[in-house]
Amino acid sequence: MDTLIEWLVSAFVMIGGVFALVGSIGLARLPDFYTRLHGPTKATTLGVGGAIVASLLFFSWQERGLQLHEVLITLFLFITAPVSAHMLAKAAMHRDLKRMKGTRGEPWKQ
Amino acid sequence: MSRLLDRVLPFPSLSLILWLAWMLLSGFTAGHALLGAVLAVLLPLTTRPFWPNVPRIRNLPRMFGFVVVVLYDIIVANVSVAIKVLGPLKSLRPGFVEFPIELDDDFAIALLASTISLTPGTVSADVSQDRQTLLIHALDVDDPAALVAEIKQRYERPLKEIFEC
Repeated sequence: MDTLIEWLVSAFVMIGGVFALVGSIGLARLPDFYTRLHGPTKATTLGVGGAIVASLLFFSWQERGLQLHEVLITLFLFITAPVSAHMLAKAAMHRDLKRMKGTRGEPWKQ
Repeated sequence: MSRLLDRVLPFPSLSLILWLAWMLLSGFTAGHALLGAVLAVLLPLTTRPFWPNVPRIRNLPRMFGFVVVVLYDIIVANVSVAIKVLGPLKSLRPGFVEFPIELDDDFAIALLASTISLTPGTVSADVSQDRQTLLIHALDVDDPAALVAEIKQRYERPLKEIFEC
């Protein structure tokens, strides 16, 4: 049983780590502000999600009882992440930042 | 009696969430249950002016279905966005897409916009003054009309049924 939990926890830590890494790579690689906005907002969902599930499993196993602190992190993250992304996008449109070549559609005038 | 209950607990679900959050943070003991209950009553009362008419959830089973769909979409879309971010960037077709909103309630619109931002590949950038249009930035969009149709079917319709607005 111990090994099974250890494998599961490791798997979730790895998944979370990989997605957080991809989010950061996106931040570095993507060409303009608007596309870069997609990297980190996504890394927070699955990247942090993986770490949270791992932590939940590990501590529930260690303390022999359900530990649910982590659920709150997810909740707060899901409330705050879209708001900050929205404010960043609005600020970008307000400053009329340049878009990558081939972007379709127009941002609104602020 | 129900008038009195309304006055003490203007937002029962908010109070419940606050109480649960307190219990999760500080552990399930009788003392914290009491302290949490006091806070769950006081906080909504003191912050009441900041909560302009929040709609009631009319369809609870639909709400759970919606949460499951969104969590599933977050996982699936995360993988596809990860592949796009690591792949050749030249083939990305980003775009601004205008989404005609059919919801009538500010709170429901805020939930829709947040859902769009949480699912990878799309970020809601702005909402028009008249609350009729949502501006979405998509990382890679092939057919804007298809994206709008998908959001309508997967997120907007359930929200409309949940809040009946």
